[in-house]
Amino acid sequence: MKRRTVLKGAGALALGAGLAAPAWAQKKVKAGFIYVGPVGDGGWTYEHDQGRLAVEAHFGDQVETVFQESVPEGADAERAMTQMALGGADIIFATSFGYMDPVINVAAKFPKVKFEHATGFKRAENVSTYSARFYEGRAVQGLLAGRMTRTNKIGYIASFPIPEVIRGINSAYIHARKVNPDVEFSVVWVYTWFDPAKEADAANALIEQGADVVLQHTDSTAPQAAAEKAGNVYTFGQASDMAEYAPMPRISSIIDNWAPYYIRRVQAVMDGTWKSEDTWDGIGAGMVEIGEITEVVPADVRAEAEALRDAIAAGEYHPFTGPLKKQDGSAWLAEGEVADDGTLAGMNFYVEGMKGDIPS
Amino acid sequence: MLRLEKRPSPSRLWTGATPLLAVLLTMLAGGAMFALLGSDPVVAIRTIFWDPLFGEFAFYYRGQLLVKAAPLILIAIGLSLGFRAGIWNIGAEGQYIVGAIVGAAVGLAAYPTESRLIFPAMILAGAFAGWLWAMIPAILKTRFNTNEILVSLMLVYVAEAMLASVSSGLLRNPDGMGFPGSRNFKDYPAAHNAFLIEGAGVHWGVVAAMIAVIFAYVLLGRHVLGFHIRLTGEAPRAARFAGVNPSLLVVVCLGISGALAGLAGLFEVSGPAGQISIDFNSGYGFTAIIVAFLGRLHPVGILLAGLLMALTYVGGDAAASALGLPSAAIQLLQGMLLFFLLAVDVLANFRIRFGRTEAA
Repeated sequence: MKRRTVLKGAGALALGAGLAAPAWAQKKVKAGFIYVGPVGDGGWTYEHDQGRLAVEAHFGDQVETVFQESVPEGADAERAMTQMALGGADIIFATSFGYMDPVINVAAKFPKVKFEHATGFKRAENVSTYSARFYEGRAVQGLLAGRMTRTNKIGYIASFPIPEVIRGINSAYIHARKVNPDVEFSVVWVYTWFDPAKEADAANALIEQGADVVLQHTDSTAPQAAAEKAGNVYTFGQASDMAEYAPMPRISSIIDNWAPYYIRRVQAVMDGTWKSEDTWDGIGAGMVEIGEITEVVPADVRAEAEALRDAIAAGEYHPFTGPLKKQDGSAWLAEGEVADDGTLAGMNFYVEGMKGDIPS
Repeated sequence: MLRLEKRPSPSRLWTGATPLLAVLLTMLAGGAMFALLGSDPVVAIRTIFWDPLFGEFAFYYRGQLLVKAAPLILIAIGLSLGFRAGIWNIGAEGQYIVGAIVGAAVGLAAYPTESRLIFPAMILAGAFAGWLWAMIPAILKTRFNTNEILVSLMLVYVAEAMLASVSSGLLRNPDGMGFPGSRNFKDYPAAHNAFLIEGAGVHWGVVAAMIAVIFAYVLLGRHVLGFHIRLTGEAPRAARFAGVNPSLLVVVCLGISGALAGLAGLFEVSGPAGQISIDFNSGYGFTAIIVAFLGRLHPVGILLAGLLMALTYVGGDAAASALGLPSAAIQLLQGMLLFFLLAVDVLANFRIRFGRTEAA
């Protein structure tokens, strides 16, 4: 009761954070996770939840995790994070780009709680950002797509016209064209991360237009199901392995592996060494994994893709290496020049050869 | 044997008691569902219905109830006027989006000027845009006798496409590194719909919702327009003899509901949501339809229904994260509430008789 009276009143939010802050020795660390989709989406949110479970498995009794799924981006996200912070969370992982401003707002009210925002660019004293270099995986997919297509038409289901998605399209296109100069990409923007009905519609439309490889930057398995029904169409698992569609139509996948990062950050909170930083890891650090390339893919193509993967992992090859031009023909990267992270982080243009416009 | 006997007129006692009975039944059935999901039903029900109002962190949740309820009430009040007259505006979500876009655009166009007139101008622009968007189905109905249900609903999808377009184009934050979403109004005091009392959850949208409730109450009870609305709904033929102009009524009812929905959108985008973003709308326009009927199309009923609906959202989210419940379980609970309310409505209109049916 006494605590409630202390907490009463408007300015008490910060106080609440103070009281909820951990006494390291006695209390276990509480980690909260905010998900944009349901944990059963089989893609993006599923992999974040796997990361959460890995944290639980790794720390056992020392940690307690809470999560909330299908949190809309906006005012609701702000409330969900405040609820967790009030509930005594020590570190909160907000796992979607649209949570960016809400994270910054809530973090300002709870200076003792650590916040981790996936795929954003706004940081603060108690806000870190983290993301994966998915475009490295896209390079491998692009190579496979360029080798496997017979119609030379590749469909791409894109979510939102943000740099992360555009980067993926460019990376896949560059590497498809490298092995197959006749290849053409058609991009469908569905403006959602997770909507099985819309994703299936987009996949079917692309297949009807003659695409026989469909890449997706959305989280459900609906495009896989559509491809399976159509027959001779190849797809890739997105965010998660989606192995239930192997060996056909799913011939490989990009898997987000958040577990090592989550364990590292929770450990840092335990040790009191947590600092605000920006993490952007790829295949090399194990944050991005290439799912098994199935036997449908000829052995020499498989070896070629694996070699590309290993070269990227070892840091010998960067997927955005010149000479590269922008779509409008203007120069971007000179021979041998490698794109810097700043340009990649804000990428808002297609590379030369891509058809169509980025919606704006 | 059980049988139902129609009451000569609806029972006043049951009309008042059925909402409470529906809430009780929802708690029982919901509790059973939570128990099946492996949570303590008492704790779950308490977290949803009790804690936000009287629990440890009620100082925060009470304000959030107002934030969540205000747009629902504002929109539902407008819808209820038309619904009473048999004019079905199903597209409040679209009017809400357009009001938010245009209102926000006015504010963003003025950036970074500081003037007391900016926010009032945004309010006018938001209401006007919502009104204008509702005029499309209104004019099409009065001139060409189209169905306002279909037209207003279809315009929601048009509005959503516009929202996606402006947030990644016209209204995009120039300092946002190419990411979609407008500037945040929290960083622009002249256009920010800030809390009037910090932490209490009262912003101008809450004030507007309260004014709308009073306005609708007086309109329906005292004003000739309110009389015409009720008369048209209850006895259309009599209304025509009484000199009601049906076309004018369509224009007025759709206009008021559009303007209120536009207002709700403006208050939401400039306050709790903070910015125009692709997924800014979270279905308030559709949920408000439920709120309108839950409140029996009566202004005071809508006020209470809006708060109850907000409670199931705020409490439901709290339960989802505190007890690890799936978001689908919370949606089921909300569905149960509506279901039970409609089901026990039978008691208001019918009497239950025990025993054998007598031969008529």
